[in-house]
Amino acid sequence: MSEANASATRITPGNALRPEDIALEVRTGLVKPSEDVAEYALRLGDDALILAQRLGHWISRAPELEEDIALGNIALDQLGHARSFLTYAGAGMLNEDGTAKSEDDLAYFRREHEFRSVQLFEQPNGDFAETIARQFVVSYYQYELYRRLTESTDATLAAIAAKAVKEVDYHRDHSTQWVLRLAGGTEESRTRMIHGLRTMWPYVNELFQDDELTQRLAEAGAAVAPSSLKEDFDRLVAGVLTEAELEVPDVPAAPGGGRQGRHSEHLGYILAEMQVLAREHPGASW
Amino acid sequence: MAAQNLQSVPAELTPEEDAAGQAHFDRIIAEDSRIEPRYWMPAAYRRTLLRQVSQHAHSEIIGMQPEANWISRAPSLKRKAILMAKVQDEAGHGLYLYSAAETLGQSRDKMMDDLIAGKARYSSIFNYPALTWADMGAIGWLVDGAAICNQVPLCRASYGPYGRAMVRVCKEESFHQRQGFEILLELSNGTPAQKQMAQDAVNRWYAPALMMFGPPDDDSPNSKQSMAWNIKRFSNDELRSRFVGMMVEQVRVLGLTLPDDQIRFNEDTRKWEHGPLDWHEFQEVLAGRGPCNAQRLERRRAAHDDGAWVREAAAAYAAKQSAKQQKEYAA
Repeated sequence: MSEANASATRITPGNALRPEDIALEVRTGLVKPSEDVAEYALRLGDDALILAQRLGHWISRAPELEEDIALGNIALDQLGHARSFLTYAGAGMLNEDGTAKSEDDLAYFRREHEFRSVQLFEQPNGDFAETIARQFVVSYYQYELYRRLTESTDATLAAIAAKAVKEVDYHRDHSTQWVLRLAGGTEESRTRMIHGLRTMWPYVNELFQDDELTQRLAEAGAAVAPSSLKEDFDRLVAGVLTEAELEVPDVPAAPGGGRQGRHSEHLGYILAEMQVLAREHPGASW
Repeated sequence: MAAQNLQSVPAELTPEEDAAGQAHFDRIIAEDSRIEPRYWMPAAYRRTLLRQVSQHAHSEIIGMQPEANWISRAPSLKRKAILMAKVQDEAGHGLYLYSAAETLGQSRDKMMDDLIAGKARYSSIFNYPALTWADMGAIGWLVDGAAICNQVPLCRASYGPYGRAMVRVCKEESFHQRQGFEILLELSNGTPAQKQMAQDAVNRWYAPALMMFGPPDDDSPNSKQSMAWNIKRFSNDELRSRFVGMMVEQVRVLGLTLPDDQIRFNEDTRKWEHGPLDWHEFQEVLAGRGPCNAQRLERRRAAHDDGAWVREAAAAYAAKQSAKQQKEYAA
């Protein structure tokens, strides 16, 4: 790369972007999201954070050591994406002292109704089949989302997505393999897999709902309209379910509302546990 | 599933073959080279290693629990990520070590069954509770620090698969120790409450960490044979003394103290000495009467039992797929 082409910013789609890189660029004023982009990044960051918190619980409790490692890996990937999105979101939100909010300000010092994650991500782990069902839906959704987001006119969103999409591709493979195994394994595993899919499916609808924010951002080319993902999602998910000789569950959709801060009863407990120590020592550094 | 990769245990040998095998084994030990899984080895050597390597694997797996206990409450997202990666590394260590143990002729399933049945041992340090966030620092610094002192010499253990597994394990452990040190350093330089939390954790983990090296040399009956077989390179007391010396240096940098006012460097022996340890407590914890023995085993048992249907499904699916492939191949 010649000097002339070298960007002042590390944020390019091909770069292995770390949350610390984004934090540095935020501090030095190289990147600053618009208010809309910050809100959008907050949504995606919250999704990934809440899922990481859920998946982290499996570490030391999985059915096989290999799954302790695999689910731990997925949790770590999600946590990495969350940290990047939240760091970027925070750059557009100010603390009372005028500094940009950090990933930790956002993760530990917001209340339940201020979280913007959709309800699928906060659903309990349940048994292994429920966790796999949730992961299966999430991975196909996130893959389609991040794949498109790499084209975002917002360079930071595009760069975060470029890193995330490669990782989520593995999550897709992992959950697909397990859907096939559990559906085609024993009678019990098949029954549990069907139950898992039915438990998670009411929350699928909410993933694809547009609102004013996503419409504005999609028109500007910065974000992806959630509704535009549905066709590919439906087709790819149906393909796996057909191979597993399963049907797309026919269950009523839950009302949703996570993007507006309306959550299921589960989120409060997740946050109580996640935030307890940080809130005991406000202002402390760890 | 794990049993399929087993190396076959050698069939009955004639006395002449045994004698030739013993001579070969003795030569390798004398040369300080490595014994490999297919070589002849004395039954007692095999038993000793199987016990040691499987106990080591169990320690990694049970050792995940006290730290996994804090993943959900880690006070910053960066610390959460580091802790998750660390506990995941431990699962990885368990995997290498179970694989190394399998080369001695026992399946991972059997080892896991023994662990859950309470027939197998693991490092008694993991039967102490991780009560505060500072325990993540103290476990990394003291417990992983002691583990490294123990394990670096094991990289040269005479049994090849064990020595090679330890090379990889040690690299990651030294990273773990550094992150533990960093947690404590941050706390020590933090608020008074954070500093107190750090000192309290060091106070609680210090003596149990020292006891990780095993009983004093005059009360460690198996050590001599293990040293003759080039499995163990240094005595328990020797390693303990070396560890105390390292910690004395590092605790100053941390701005904390060790809860032992009898630590001193003995100019005559050129060794570090420490205050008396409560070996009765050690024996109690080892015998299953520590603060968390029942809880740790119950958690492992629950994970194993809850996952049984998943493992059965995976095995059934694999069998069906392989039958399908064979049928397609035949057609």
